[in-house]
Amino acid sequence: MLSVRLLSNRMDNLKQNPNPEAQELNGAEIFIRCLVEEGATTVFGYPGGAVLHIYDELHKQQEVNHILVRHEQGAAHAAEGYAKSTGKVGVVLVTSGPGATNAVTGIADAYMDSVPLVVFTGQVRTALIGNDAFQEVDTVGITRPCVKHNILVKKVEDLPLAIKRAFHIAGTGRPGPVVVDIPKDVTEQSMVFSYPKDPGMRSYQPTLEGHTGQIKRAAKLIAKAERPIIYSGGGVISSGAHEELIEFTRLTGFPITNTLMGLGAFPGTDPQFIQMLGMHGSYEANMAMHHSDVLIAVGARFDDRITGQLDGFCPYAKVIHVDVDPSSISKNFRAHVPIVGDAGKVLCALIEELRDGKHSLPDISPWWDQIHEWAKKDSFAYQQDMDGEIKPQYVLDHLYQQTGGDAFVTSDVGQHQMWVAQLYKFTQPRRWINSGGLGTMGFGLPAAMGVQLAHPDELVCCVTGEASIQMCIQELSTCRQYGLPIKIINLNNRYMGMVRQWQDFFYDSRYAMSYMDALPDFVKLAESYGHVGMKIEKPKDVEPALREILSLKDRLVFADFITDPRENVFPMIAPGAAHNEMILS
Amino acid sequence: MRRILAVLLENESGSLSRVANLFSARGINIESLTVTPTPDETLSRMTLVTFGDDRILEQITKQLHKLVDVVTVVDLTGQNHVEREMALIKLRLRDEGSVDDLQRVNKVYRGRIADVSALCYTSEVVGTSEEIDAYIAAMGEHEVVEVVRSGPLGIARGEQALSIRQNQ
Repeated sequence: MLSVRLLSNRMDNLKQNPNPEAQELNGAEIFIRCLVEEGATTVFGYPGGAVLHIYDELHKQQEVNHILVRHEQGAAHAAEGYAKSTGKVGVVLVTSGPGATNAVTGIADAYMDSVPLVVFTGQVRTALIGNDAFQEVDTVGITRPCVKHNILVKKVEDLPLAIKRAFHIAGTGRPGPVVVDIPKDVTEQSMVFSYPKDPGMRSYQPTLEGHTGQIKRAAKLIAKAERPIIYSGGGVISSGAHEELIEFTRLTGFPITNTLMGLGAFPGTDPQFIQMLGMHGSYEANMAMHHSDVLIAVGARFDDRITGQLDGFCPYAKVIHVDVDPSSISKNFRAHVPIVGDAGKVLCALIEELRDGKHSLPDISPWWDQIHEWAKKDSFAYQQDMDGEIKPQYVLDHLYQQTGGDAFVTSDVGQHQMWVAQLYKFTQPRRWINSGGLGTMGFGLPAAMGVQLAHPDELVCCVTGEASIQMCIQELSTCRQYGLPIKIINLNNRYMGMVRQWQDFFYDSRYAMSYMDALPDFVKLAESYGHVGMKIEKPKDVEPALREILSLKDRLVFADFITDPRENVFPMIAPGAAHNEMILS
Repeated sequence: MRRILAVLLENESGSLSRVANLFSARGINIESLTVTPTPDETLSRMTLVTFGDDRILEQITKQLHKLVDVVTVVDLTGQNHVEREMALIKLRLRDEGSVDDLQRVNKVYRGRIADVSALCYTSEVVGTSEEIDAYIAAMGEHEVVEVVRSGPLGIARGEQALSIRQNQ
């Protein structure tokens, strides 16, 4: 079989080129050709010994654009930002050893948040593997628990199929990161190149169509619901199913809440939207979850930050759970109607089933009355004293108003992240880019680079804090090199805010190591990289400062907002509590 | 509850550690694990024994399926199946006269003597895990110097055979 195929390749080559020898490519050239075949024309990376052949080929060509980061973690997060904001597979290229280990945090982040990435890591020569060679680590071993799949390429003949499979696995089913480890000698070896059309994987076939019987059962349950709620997550965005979600929600007239990762799939300004749920979700969303009788979960995974104490979670609900990953269903919470499938396809099938006329949709106006009653708590409200310190929420409120909810917003991790999720009403998917599952401080700035490179003419804001931003601050240099006009909104409260909040609540306000001493002058720091730096200290300056920041369209602006160090995120469900046990202030 | 799973997986380097890693990452113990190539040399077959309730078993089965190298997973626990384990047991007999004693036990458990030296006998015995437990217990006053067990192998009874799943 193989020899026949090789022969036919040679025949094709002979037709195209009378000299078959000219068609032999080395591994590094093949690598580039494979990226072009996959349409992966933006690569985030950092060179090193094991990938020098590849970098040499990158240097010789124009089709693949390489973005040089300042730390490999930044490359992985930038590729995540690129992937999350476009839906395409993000590509990373790093060297062996420390290049690979530095990328691991980003790979784990992508794994937790189901971000499609292909991460190419250089490896020492095959003859040296296992010898503790210079810059050798067992990359496949180290990354195994935090990848969807990984592949060590042992000879050049395996390279095209490995890359084909990597892109296929990363981007289909429940997306995730795939690591392809390429020893240096593989990039030197030559062969006649052809790119496989089919990944040919008998053991990997994601189920996309929902089971018809289960869809009928779900429709029956929906038709009988008195207190229904739709709880949708990042899976809807990954699947590109936001239109189906909107149609389904409008058709049923049910209230909808989104997870942190699901924000933007349903317009945040819509009256059917009852805000985010979970640990820092709205009072009405969590109360509605708690009292619901039918819970329709779509592309969400019942994470502990959503459910709180599982014993007290949704005690009255029959659960319909739609997910493309069977292992997400009934992992944490038992589903009564499990439906394995792609969110978009299953929602379409549900819409058809409900429109069929066999079911009449329930009148749930008493339920809506109750929800509107809960919503009166206005649980995300805050008070800004115009003579006092700047409230972080006040900055975000104005950012929202001045951008009309249309900006791409990345964030780091902590209080500021929760406030963006609460206050910025995203109306489109793929605009809210944050690290949910792994909770990676340092994510925001490199992710914003990936977003800005994918959308050069759009406004990209990175909301961060003075602790998070310092974890990947070196990327200010990358932003300078590629002229990325990101707007950094630094909510500087001189504390690791969320750590301090937990210490306030659960450790009698003993602030063990949660303060940020010896902070740099962020204005000077930004200026030293060639960016614009601004410091805003008074509430009355917030609005005009934001106008100025947003008007500087072609410059990166680092806006250092000095905010109230005592502000905490409310509501809050304490660990071990249920949805009806929120702390409101 | 004891569970026995049969798994077909791609015969590639790293496949075994993916499975082993999955169990340790999810905090579930593997009681025993055997893995060997199959007549189709692109596949390996694994028999795995673990403990857990229905929820854990459902989750672990799904997680195994999720591994890209895993082709098929079957829970043999719930179905009629044949299970066999092999053990080699090195014994120091109480006295020379007790060989008859060992042969009597061997007769009951279909064991045989695989090796003899001046001081020790090594028995081999094949059976269910319980039979092997019972055989070892039946050694009574003979000193058990060393035991090595293969871990169980499992196969479904009747015509049903573990094969490559054709789409889901």
